[in-house]
Amino acid sequence: MIRSGIRCPVVRGECSTAPAAVVIALLAAAASPAAPAQSGFGDVEIETWHVRDGIYMLVGAGGNVTVQVGEDGVLIVDTQFAEVGDKLLGAIRELSDGPIRYIVNTHAHPDHVSGNGVLAPAGSTIAGGNVAGAIADAGVGATVIAHENVLIDMSGQDPEIPFEAWPTDTYIGGQKDLFFNGEAVQIMHQPAAHTDGDSIVFFRRTDVISAGDVFSTTLYPVILPDGGGSIDGVVAALNRLIELTVPEEKQEGGTMVIPGHGRLSDEADVVEYRDMVTIIRDRIAHMVESGMSLEQVKAARPTRDYDARYGADSGFWTTEQFVEAAYRNLAGNSAEKGGF
Amino acid sequence: MLEFLGRFAAAAAIAAWAFAPTAEAQLNLVGYWNPIFHEDIDERIPGPSVGDFAGLPINDAARLRAQSWDASLLSMPEHQCKPHPSTYGFRGVGVLRIWEDRDEDTQQLIRINTHIAWQEQHREIWMDGREHPPAHAPHTWQGFSTGHYEGDTLVVRTTHLKAGWVRRNGLPLSDRATMTDRFHRYGDVLTHVMIVEDPVYLTEPLVKTNGFLLSPNGTMTPYPCEPVMEVLREPGDVPHYLPGQNPFIREFAEEHGLPFEATQGGAETALPEYMEQLRD
Repeated sequence: MIRSGIRCPVVRGECSTAPAAVVIALLAAAASPAAPAQSGFGDVEIETWHVRDGIYMLVGAGGNVTVQVGEDGVLIVDTQFAEVGDKLLGAIRELSDGPIRYIVNTHAHPDHVSGNGVLAPAGSTIAGGNVAGAIADAGVGATVIAHENVLIDMSGQDPEIPFEAWPTDTYIGGQKDLFFNGEAVQIMHQPAAHTDGDSIVFFRRTDVISAGDVFSTTLYPVILPDGGGSIDGVVAALNRLIELTVPEEKQEGGTMVIPGHGRLSDEADVVEYRDMVTIIRDRIAHMVESGMSLEQVKAARPTRDYDARYGADSGFWTTEQFVEAAYRNLAGNSAEKGGF
Repeated sequence: MLEFLGRFAAAAAIAAWAFAPTAEAQLNLVGYWNPIFHEDIDERIPGPSVGDFAGLPINDAARLRAQSWDASLLSMPEHQCKPHPSTYGFRGVGVLRIWEDRDEDTQQLIRINTHIAWQEQHREIWMDGREHPPAHAPHTWQGFSTGHYEGDTLVVRTTHLKAGWVRRNGLPLSDRATMTDRFHRYGDVLTHVMIVEDPVYLTEPLVKTNGFLLSPNGTMTPYPCEPVMEVLREPGDVPHYLPGQNPFIREFAEEHGLPFEATQGGAETALPEYMEQLRD
């Protein structure tokens, strides 16, 4: 499907890049109908959407990219696929010719981080003192920031993610703060949500949040069985976003949220998605507590009133997989509490 | 004589230019309009009852969402100040004000604005031929609207809507809904026809009409809204009923002596033949 110059897979009639990303990353199934064929990356065009002041949302193949430009240079949140890295760099250079200082990765999936290998070498880090003396290449390339679990994930992925794309500056605990281009930038860890290494990035003066894949407008939350994610963690992350966002007027505008996939959003859109995930979580939890088996839960179709909007019958992340992942999460929680 | 003919021709040209209706100015909607509630008054003024979905072309998914809906949801701060989406607002209460924005030099019509009092529903209808934004652009409560005239009727196409509602009792409308509406003026009466399509929750287009009466002395009041904490809840709690556990869902049918299934909507419930179907 090509829409507005973007080639992307189709999920329920909507242009979505999420399945492509993960299919390529985890199944290496380039021939999948949900993934751009190898040659398909050539057709990808990067579209730039001005969010506010120095913040832009870039859409191409893979997760959404956030770019902050200003006097200090360029900060990028997520970098899509390596195959579109040059195009992404070209689109960023149309916004600023300043140095790329920071790349922040919201999590470890290749549709969000593979482009590090192209964009990081195009940047530079300000280094001095003992660091510059002891590490010859300390100033070479942009600093790539992520939660420590992202580095752990990336260093162990198969197919391998090149070393050049790995984070160079990881954090542990709840938060890492920067001050860049005249504003506070808070990188906040959201434990056990989409993965075990999710960060959301809050640009405080501009009042924009880059949410990564804890929030999407295209699909049910992707909770990979072995990725350390959980449906409760996704709900917690969505509620965190709602705490941080403030609508300008009549539950609209104000703090803008760039989702991992899908359209530019505000608090009301996050609320709609949070309500949906919470309601489905509560239904499945009730079924688990009632002793229903996974097959019985699937047969009961606890998502059926939202499937036409967020569901998929094929592709990487189907409705059935979402229900199964949520069930296993919640059944595990129940077992830990001594039930089920 | 030639000089006279020349002057006459020039004057005629100016007169023709001055009095000929321009293509985009065949209908003057400007003014204050009071809604007329002779259609669907029970739904629009006191508000719809829980469990009354009759006469609406909803699908099973919409029905389940509405059956799961708990009105307490509206007490949450993040739900309190939502205005009606444009797919519903014209059916609500409150004065409608319409005005135009024109280029000061050319007087070309750029935009028609509609503003409905309740929660300040301000809608912009672009008349300058611009395209709708791309798929990744933000969605708003009023959506992105473009308009054109078909004879004396203003025809408007709206996309980029936020997820809203078909009826104020939990019947949902998705953010993939689109609307075509038509405005036609008969003297001091304005007729508004809305045709809403939603591939997620409607089985066929929902068509509604609304009437307005010109109000020469109309006024518009502001409608500020500031959310407050009305109920203390556990973090992450979202009010809703589990499927089959809404204790109020049958109240409307029981109060009116109607078969429950007749109140649960679907395109067939809008047709007179449905009564025969029920008798069978």
